Amino acid sequence: MNPILLIVFLPLLASAIAGLGNRALGNTLAKSVTTTGLFISCALSWPIFISFVSGHAEPQVVQVLQWVRSGSLTFDWALRVDTLTAIMLVVITTVSALVHLYSWGYMAEDPDQPRFFAYLSLFTFAMLMLVTADNLVQMFFGWEGVGLASYLLIGFWFRKPSASAAAIKAFVVNRVGDLGFMLGIFGTFLVFNTVSIPEILVRAPSMAGSTVHFLGMQWDTMTILCILLFIGAMGKSAQLGLHTWLPDAMEGPTPVSALIHAATMVTAGVFMVCRLSPMFQTSETAMHVVTYVGAATLFFAATIGTTQWDIKRVIAYSTCSQLGYMFVAAGVGAPGAAMFHLFTHAFFKALLFLGAGSVIHAMHHEQDMRYYGGLRKHIPLTYYAMLAGTLAITGLGIVDVFGFAGFYSKDSILEAAYASASDSGRFGFWMGILAALLTSFYSWRLVFLTFYGKPRWVQSEHIQHAVHDAHAHGDHAHGHDDHGHAHDDDGTAGYHPHESPINMLIPLGVLTLGAIFAGYLFHHSFISEGAGHFWQGSVAFSEELIHHMHGVPTWVKWAPFVVMALGFVTAWFAYIRNPKLPAAFVEQLGVVHQFVFNKWYFDELYDFLFVRPAFWLGDKFWKLGDIGLIDRFGPNGAAWVVAQGSRAAKKVQSGYLYSYALVMLLGLTAAISWVMVH
Amino acid sequence: MLNHILSLMLAVPLLGAVACLLVDGRTARTVALVATLIDLALGIVLWSQFDVGGARWQFQENAALFAGFSWKLGIDGIALMLIELSVFLMPICILASASIEKRVGEYMAAFLLMEALMIGVFAAQDLYLFYIMFEAGLIPMYLIIGIWGGVDRIYASYKFFLYTLLGSVLMLIAMLWMVNEAGTTDIPTLMEYNFPVEAQKWLWLAFFASFAVKMPMWPVHTWLPDAHVQAPTAGSVILAGVLLKMGGYGFIRFSLPMFPEASAHFAWVVFALSMIAVVVTSLIALVQSDMKKLIAYSSVAHMAIVTVGLFAFNVQGLEGAMIVMLSHGLVSGALFLCVGVIYDRLHTREINRYGGLSINMPKYALFFMLFTMASVGLPATSGFVGEFLALSGVYQASSWVAFVAGTGVILGAGYMLYLYRRIAFGEQKNADAAAMPDLSARELVMLAPIAAAVLWMGVYPESFLAPMRQDIAALDARLSQARPEGDAKLTAGKPKAAGEHHEPAQHEGAH
Repeated sequence: MNPILLIVFLPLLASAIAGLGNRALGNTLAKSVTTTGLFISCALSWPIFISFVSGHAEPQVVQVLQWVRSGSLTFDWALRVDTLTAIMLVVITTVSALVHLYSWGYMAEDPDQPRFFAYLSLFTFAMLMLVTADNLVQMFFGWEGVGLASYLLIGFWFRKPSASAAAIKAFVVNRVGDLGFMLGIFGTFLVFNTVSIPEILVRAPSMAGSTVHFLGMQWDTMTILCILLFIGAMGKSAQLGLHTWLPDAMEGPTPVSALIHAATMVTAGVFMVCRLSPMFQTSETAMHVVTYVGAATLFFAATIGTTQWDIKRVIAYSTCSQLGYMFVAAGVGAPGAAMFHLFTHAFFKALLFLGAGSVIHAMHHEQDMRYYGGLRKHIPLTYYAMLAGTLAITGLGIVDVFGFAGFYSKDSILEAAYASASDSGRFGFWMGILAALLTSFYSWRLVFLTFYGKPRWVQSEHIQHAVHDAHAHGDHAHGHDDHGHAHDDDGTAGYHPHESPINMLIPLGVLTLGAIFAGYLFHHSFISEGAGHFWQGSVAFSEELIHHMHGVPTWVKWAPFVVMALGFVTAWFAYIRNPKLPAAFVEQLGVVHQFVFNKWYFDELYDFLFVRPAFWLGDKFWKLGDIGLIDRFGPNGAAWVVAQGSRAAKKVQSGYLYSYALVMLLGLTAAISWVMVH
Repeated sequence: MLNHILSLMLAVPLLGAVACLLVDGRTARTVALVATLIDLALGIVLWSQFDVGGARWQFQENAALFAGFSWKLGIDGIALMLIELSVFLMPICILASASIEKRVGEYMAAFLLMEALMIGVFAAQDLYLFYIMFEAGLIPMYLIIGIWGGVDRIYASYKFFLYTLLGSVLMLIAMLWMVNEAGTTDIPTLMEYNFPVEAQKWLWLAFFASFAVKMPMWPVHTWLPDAHVQAPTAGSVILAGVLLKMGGYGFIRFSLPMFPEASAHFAWVVFALSMIAVVVTSLIALVQSDMKKLIAYSSVAHMAIVTVGLFAFNVQGLEGAMIVMLSHGLVSGALFLCVGVIYDRLHTREINRYGGLSINMPKYALFFMLFTMASVGLPATSGFVGEFLALSGVYQASSWVAFVAGTGVILGAGYMLYLYRRIAFGEQKNADAAAMPDLSARELVMLAPIAAAVLWMGVYPESFLAPMRQDIAALDARLSQARPEGDAKLTAGKPKAAGEHHEPAQHEGAH
């Protein structure tokens, strides 16, 4: 059997077993089945990836089942494996397997574990279907499938109103993007008479310069198709305008955030643009749109990231921002760099989320960083993991020597943006530099607030509950704990955070290695001048752009390092050296801070523009339209007329013989005269 | 037997109906279940014996009765699929009627009579025979709502009747004229007959009056929410599952092939009404507090996808419309069953009386989620295949229609997930709802086959598309004489010199 079949369908099988077996199967069995399935998938994926890295593999397509034949519109279930897919395979299966393992520890006390693991595996299956798609419709299947799994996992703790609200929001906002994707597919079929990706990519250049009408306006054909598809990508990858669901998605359990809302699902949009990069390159306008949207998002999300207190929301906005970088790369014609950043980002962002989960686990589900502090000594392994993740995302490294993962990928994006020498590229470059400063600041802010300073746990309700419960159980926490500093007046409230169990630490360890070495090990394959052999045409890889990237001025190469250092120093100054500074800053710039802190008021705006009007209109259409107008003048009106008629008839039916006789006579006269006249 | 299998499929439920009237309630349930199961078995035989790609009309039988009126039956792939849908849903409906206690024998007789008439509608090849079946089918439904319905059943049943009356009269007049003109009542012959274009328009409008009500299209849809709300569960299932498909079947069997020019001429009317329906009824569904009303309004929105698909005048649109019809028959039927399951326990359709059902009814929550997702058109469910094909078909005719009808994808997700959230998510706020037991074995038997069919149609729709392919192709060919031009106005490409390997245009500034 072809390994790709096992890789893709084992998670589905495991999900079905765990989900349908549910409580009857029991926690351990359900967890074992799903986790084993994922580790097998992962073990089978790496050899495929390695063979592409070493240049020994050929792209292949495995047919699974016929799907739809409708006139000339045909598409099948098929699994495509090429370089681009191979990268995604290892990213998805590795992070997913680790997240499964991590969840053994993180979800240990949850009563609903089989359901959780079933959803995780279901998600993995859908994501794998997405990246192995050979036609746009199967990609759309994966697209919606991951949307479903995301919906289910965000709403996993469905008793919480905020969780189920966030789940609906994620699904519906994504559907807005999906409508764009669907229209894009329809348009593509109209133009090319096929939905097969390879055929579209081959024929796309021949349609450059043609025009088509859409919504009554005349467009450049390739531009409108790419923009419609890109709207889909914006929804899934939470780009500016369709990003509002991602921060709320943090209502889901933290392993979910690591897998879906950091490493894999949200990168689907980037994957799509890279997969279709030969198509996007036929339209300059579409490329500019991608770049501008990415650049705007990466800056916008980074600003919000600097103000949030919830540890997961900071990382969520950071994800949103990093996705913007990837789109900038794709938009300036460097899909190789975009995919490379996707690859490294998957490791370090999953690491940051799982690290945050470990902190939350230690801090009894407290997520507000204002109530953290001084955790470095209590959970040292988590601290080191988070440190590695932070160094990776901020991109620490020395040019031509060694760097953490983000150093290679983020810098290559900035260089590509600079080297592309278009207005949009330049915009992307400067926004990227600015956001790199903010990235460094908010990442270090997170580390300093969480792990440094004095404990501020006493103000946290979660911690107070935990301590209270512990005391109620006979105060044994004090008995055998020798961390030493447990006095109620030192801000700890007498609480003792514990390092996470081993099944949570192993994933952290593996991802730490990824965050440190993923860039160094693979940058040659992804973005060197000879990387065309690696990509084998699976993306529109431009050797020329790589060449230009190597030729950028030295200050461009060092600029990311400088702003990173600047961000670090600022964060150090504001949160360690002089912790009163942020409050003073907020005081001075209250309006700006309010605006940024409230996420640029997007939620309020959308609520005002879409949600309320929808309910208001629904109510009016119903009560005024259906009941007040249609029913009133339709059936009820007819009934009224009938009733009036019968009332009149009742009057006529008086029972008096002479009146009947009169009517008969009148009728007869009328009839006879009618006949005589004719 | 195969020569008269269609008559047999009509006779079995009719005999069952008579038997139900004669025996007591308990026996009547058994009789009805057996009769519907026999018909299901016959349906399976019918499907397996249907020669895909063979003669266009199969299992034909003809017996002249009187005055040119004849007992003429026969099916093509389209009719076959709709018959399968009917016989598949009927045993489930009988099972779903366990909570009926009043006049059980008559109730079962009404259902069996309806099954016979539904099969008759789809199998009839004589125009008058079709008309009789088509109109008579209303009578048992009228009775089911009027006798076994809820509190406002009288209002609902008379509204149902009033709406359908006007359209029917106009359709009958049109039929009389057609028979007079073409000199035959044979439907296959009429489908090939070229009526004068001016006459077509009047005929089209007369048929439209009837089919639009049945569909139902905005603004003649207001009978549906009331009928659904008042009907017993099984009545809703059949109403949504099969009766609504008669309108779509009418369009595809009569309006389109018999009046292609008029169909093209009036397509904009259909598009306009359908676009309004998708947006307006979806928004109305959003604010409903009654479960059945919500699903009823969602039906109107889904049926609008059928009508836009049908009048797209291409293969994708037609096939998509057919699959939406089949899918909606299964999915909305299943959703009404899901409502019935909890209605039987708590006797209220008020959404807010429920909540947190995932906790005490996990199996129910799973099925309900599956059907919710099928309703919003998630890929790998039947809903997606139909919606996708229908919209891709209409996109070729008009991107505006595809766009506006496509907003149903967003709004549908909104109202269905909002419904699901209020019923299955959240805390258990009502003690009585929290105490409800999970699905019984009977209820599992009702829902599981539909779930399987929904997934089957979503993953491998070829089983359902293949029998219809030839008929759709014939219809498409027939329509080609009148097909309006799409609004895309695609021009040829002007590729830059030297083929396919473009450098990123952004490079130009670098040199």
